[in-house]
Amino acid sequence: MTDATIATAPPVKAATPARSAFADIWRQFRAHRGGVAGLVVFVFILLAVYVGPYIHRVAPNAINIRDKNQWPSLAHPFGTDNLGKDMLAQVLAGGRISLAVGVTAMLLALFLGTLVGVLSGYFRRLDGPLMRLTDLFLALPLLPLLLVILMLFRDTLRATFGPETGIFILIVFVIGITSWMHTARIVRGDVLAVKSQEFILAAKSSGMREYRIILKHILPNVLSSIMVSATLGIASAIITESALSFLGLGFPSDFPTWGRLLFDGANFLQLTPSRVLWPGLAISLTVLSVNYMGDAIRDALDPRALKH
Amino acid sequence: MKNLKLLLAGTVAALSFAGSAAHAERGTDGDLKILFWQAVSTMNPYLSGGTKEVYASSMVIEPLARYNEKGELVPMLVTEIPTVENGGVAKDLLSMTWKLKPDVKWSDGTPFTAEDVIFTWKYCIAPDGGCAQAAQYEGVKTVEAPDPHTVKITFDEPKPYPYSAFVGAQSPVIQKKQFENCVGAKAPGCTSANFGPVGTGPFVVKDFKPNDVITLNANTNYRDAAKPAFATVTLKGGGDAASAARAVLETGEYDYAWNMQVEPEVLATMLKAGKGVLVTAFGTQVERINLNHYNADPALGDKRSTKEAGPHPSLSDPAVRRALSLAIDRDIIDEAGYGEAGKPTCNIVPAPEAVASTKNDSWCLKQDLEAANKLLDDAGWAKGPDGIRAKNGVRLSYLYSTSTNSVRQATQELVKAMWAEIGVDAELRNASASVFFGGDPASPDTFQKFYADVEMYTNNFDGTDPEKYLAEWLCDKVPGPENGWQGQNIPRYCNPEYDKLVGELSKTADLDKRHELAKQLNDMLTEEGAHIPLIHRGSVSSHSVTLEGVRMNAWDSELWNVADWSRKK
Repeated sequence: MTDATIATAPPVKAATPARSAFADIWRQFRAHRGGVAGLVVFVFILLAVYVGPYIHRVAPNAINIRDKNQWPSLAHPFGTDNLGKDMLAQVLAGGRISLAVGVTAMLLALFLGTLVGVLSGYFRRLDGPLMRLTDLFLALPLLPLLLVILMLFRDTLRATFGPETGIFILIVFVIGITSWMHTARIVRGDVLAVKSQEFILAAKSSGMREYRIILKHILPNVLSSIMVSATLGIASAIITESALSFLGLGFPSDFPTWGRLLFDGANFLQLTPSRVLWPGLAISLTVLSVNYMGDAIRDALDPRALKH
Repeated sequence: MKNLKLLLAGTVAALSFAGSAAHAERGTDGDLKILFWQAVSTMNPYLSGGTKEVYASSMVIEPLARYNEKGELVPMLVTEIPTVENGGVAKDLLSMTWKLKPDVKWSDGTPFTAEDVIFTWKYCIAPDGGCAQAAQYEGVKTVEAPDPHTVKITFDEPKPYPYSAFVGAQSPVIQKKQFENCVGAKAPGCTSANFGPVGTGPFVVKDFKPNDVITLNANTNYRDAAKPAFATVTLKGGGDAASAARAVLETGEYDYAWNMQVEPEVLATMLKAGKGVLVTAFGTQVERINLNHYNADPALGDKRSTKEAGPHPSLSDPAVRRALSLAIDRDIIDEAGYGEAGKPTCNIVPAPEAVASTKNDSWCLKQDLEAANKLLDDAGWAKGPDGIRAKNGVRLSYLYSTSTNSVRQATQELVKAMWAEIGVDAELRNASASVFFGGDPASPDTFQKFYADVEMYTNNFDGTDPEKYLAEWLCDKVPGPENGWQGQNIPRYCNPEYDKLVGELSKTADLDKRHELAKQLNDMLTEEGAHIPLIHRGSVSSHSVTLEGVRMNAWDSELWNVADWSRKK
């Protein structure tokens, strides 16, 4: 896939020096058709989820029992559920939560993964212990761990932050601390490769401090793999949240998320298929588009591709 | 050669016999597949009050008499039902005598005698035993055996309705030989006995996987040589109501599934496949919202929902409890979640007719938001800027828990919306049914622990007499760590007057008077807001069209006549 993309990418001839790095990356990104399609879809979903409620002004939790189990109509473009709640409004509201969980959990995982990866790649003495810690986390079964954490800390967080924020923090935290390991491993590998190159030696011999070497020289060079991890992280966080909601855990039952909508709609698959179709499609499209974007970003940031 | 001929002739004879009278032979109908979406955790109903355990064990261990589908008593291990007329019950109502059937054997081949019956009583009343069915033996002074086939029960006081001990699926007889060393605190430790009790019923446990699957074989020592028709039973647990309904109604993978709490429109779609049918019986099941009378603030840790936590900051106000009930439109809940299988109710004792009160129907059955709002205004609960009422810093915001089930979650949402109209907020929570009803004392999410402000589920009573059921709301039945969370008074309601009235009921002989008292007690619970009754639920189960003999019973175990079930030929 990647090779093919590189091969078909139009060769960039003698880039003018005035062109910024960002423009270069953007041009590379545009060359990846899947990535562009992913970006379009993702932006569309973002817009729909955040701007949509201002256009489709129906409260997601408004119950209207007389209009239950309706198929799509003008008033309810996605139909209604068995309590007469508008499905479009629910999918939009659910998307805000699911995306927020996905992005926040990803950021947390990314931070942890990069930290562990850079430290263990750069400092030899930390390498062993940190990588064993990574192995330990990789070996933990995620779902049972989540259940235990939810049970242990639910009440404390609920008391401190209220039910919705509390569970949001909990879920984001739990997903974050259980999904940084792959990022850490990839980053460590890249740091090891970059560290042995001459420009690092040059920086060291010029008396540059360690943290500046890491920030100025190492990090920019491993950015591409971090970005890829990031996109994959969003997808897996959304899916994990869906799994939790599907199991009836996670957010309260009247708090729509894509996973919860899917869970609630499953029984009604034969009666009103749109209840399952739309949230399911939204999850799939988000995950797919983010993956394609990740693919394109990796290609765009790949220094070898820029050499063309 | 001669022998071979004889053998052949014998085989032919046997085959023709089998062909002509398939129903009249034990074990000819293969495997009966039953699906309980709440998995069974023990086969000893004395250690778990859960309906699923009671039903599952009813295939193995039997009471002396049980109720049929009409609510009438039928003798099981006895020759007849003792009454005052036939001399079985003493004129002074202080004792009764059961005559055991003479030739009943336990599944291990040993004879069933009065000693076993006496032992069962001792087992349940043993101190530290945590017997979940202790209410069945309330008021029993002694159980004696004048001879090996006669059981004489003496009561502390005249017992006008004596059919409680050893009657119904909740009070089966267990074998003395097997449980002799499992009395008192040792009871939960006897795993092999609790998982595979020796019984007199049509089946015996072959393999028991807790919270998963139970396989049973036909009992070779069952008293009716022609029964049961099925050779084995597979009782699978787990899943949810909708998938259980689908497995019977739509795919036909299972023969019988219990408790179809599924939206009516979903069931209607499944029924179109024609693989199974629904059976409904209105018994005494009531879906209710329990209001916690004790403080359930998580800050109290292990003390919450116990006496030490003190009264609930807002639910201890009768005006709040009344308003919460007034705000609910039961018709809408019924329509959305139950359809034909439910009717709105304000009683915790909704049946039989003679004890079903109508006193509170006038104010309680109809939603009255205006009255509810006024009640709260008058009581000083004023709406804050967020629309939620509060008084002295206490907000009317409740954690509302129940088991995970789509009908219950829909009901939760409806109730939340209704309560929002009177300025009461609710936070919804649900726990998997196997956890919520699991009774695990270590789990914080069980309905007995009630670590929530309000919680919703269904309960019922066996038989037709509500005395022991109404005794569940006695002050000393409040669950707590001291009784292993086994008490039945889940709302933690406590009213000395109520206790007194229950005492009076247990002393009253006259049937009309008893009904009157039962109604009074029921009304008291509704009026004082021990809980909010919502829906009188029919028990809905589904069975395959190929299964014959199912007589849906709301008064006893649904599997009460499993010995008579057979496969349609």
